[in-house]
Amino acid sequence: MRKLCLPVLAICLLVLVPLRTVLAGDGLFPEVPKAKARFSETQECVEPLADMRKNHMEYILHQRDATMHEGIRTKQHSLVECINCHVSDAPDAPRVSSEQHFCNSCHTFAAVNIDCFQCHADRPVKTGQATSPVSSVEPQPLRENAGSDAGVMEQLQALVAGGSDNE
Amino acid sequence: MSNDARLDQYRRRFLGGAATAVTGLALAPGVMLHQVAHARPADQPVSSDVRWGMLIDTNKCGNGCNACVTACDEEHGLTGHGRPESDAQWIRKVELRDKQTGHTQSLPLLCQHCEKPPCVDVCPTGASFKRADGIVLVDKHICIGCRYCMMACPYKARSFIHEDLQDQLPHAPRGKGTVESCTFCVHRVDNGRTPACVEACNAEHHNAMVFGDMNDPDSEISQQLEKYSSRQIRADLQLNTGVRYRGI
Repeated sequence: MRKLCLPVLAICLLVLVPLRTVLAGDGLFPEVPKAKARFSETQECVEPLADMRKNHMEYILHQRDATMHEGIRTKQHSLVECINCHVSDAPDAPRVSSEQHFCNSCHTFAAVNIDCFQCHADRPVKTGQATSPVSSVEPQPLRENAGSDAGVMEQLQALVAGGSDNE
Repeated sequence: MSNDARLDQYRRRFLGGAATAVTGLALAPGVMLHQVAHARPADQPVSSDVRWGMLIDTNKCGNGCNACVTACDEEHGLTGHGRPESDAQWIRKVELRDKQTGHTQSLPLLCQHCEKPPCVDVCPTGASFKRADGIVLVDKHICIGCRYCMMACPYKARSFIHEDLQDQLPHAPRGKGTVESCTFCVHRVDNGRTPACVEACNAEHHNAMVFGDMNDPDSEISQQLEKYSSRQIRADLQLNTGVRYRGI
């Protein structure tokens, strides 16, 4: 009987120990940062959690087109509001390049690259809080090449037609 | 549309109308908040009942004043690399001089938000489009960066982003490989505010820019357009621009 017990125990240990490690989230499951608020008393996120985990991209995509083309600016499925709630506004908060960032924590795990944040802000920014220096563009110099008898309108037309190239 | 949705729309319109009426009463006589009339619920799409436009009085525009350009840069986080030929520029100041008299004029030049925009005509992907309320925009999700629109624009109003960007602002997403231009500060307009350049011009007490709904006969811009003569730049192209100029 004892001879049988030892192998069984060994097998149990072999199976249970890795399982326990996985469940504890030791690097295998992502540690997703907590949101700052609840959507409502009964609901954690803007849609039920399971739905959000599976379909958040659909909601964001739909909202993207509605906002861009129709000017619909509701907050429920807005990417900016996702970021406002899920990402800390502390100066040293993880950026999207970090696995600690809310979006990237899961996306690294799922090995899905997202390009949202090549353009969109990856953290909450208060309006008027530009982080980089603003370019100083001097007024365009007087144009001397317009004919001497050219009226202002003709000068302007020559200017917009042959002004400084910006390409 | 279901009956409920229709009823909701009716209610919204009624409440919106009531709010406008109350505001009109509460203000001093002769002072109207034109923006309030256009306050649109966030879940309602824009409609062609409104056409946003801008009237720029070049006689009031300050020579050497750059406030509108700076305000635009700040509002949208437009950063430069010290290369004016390729740096993003949504609005620029142009100075003109009559060589006979030496009279110098200054005016801001921006996307003219044409009714028939050539940039939209040529866009191969549909990224360049005109919103129902007349604002011409680039949907950067769809833009492939071909720059055909930049070639087509008679006003040289568009810029291309050459470099990777960082720290964009939440209301002004911008990214490498796409074309961009003045949006009439659409994020502000949708919230019933005026564009940043207009605000900056007023803050400088030049008051050279008037922004409003050209379809609303009671708006300040419509009344000024009716009262004074104004011109479109390159009117010969018959684009029916949304930006008009006085004094040129």
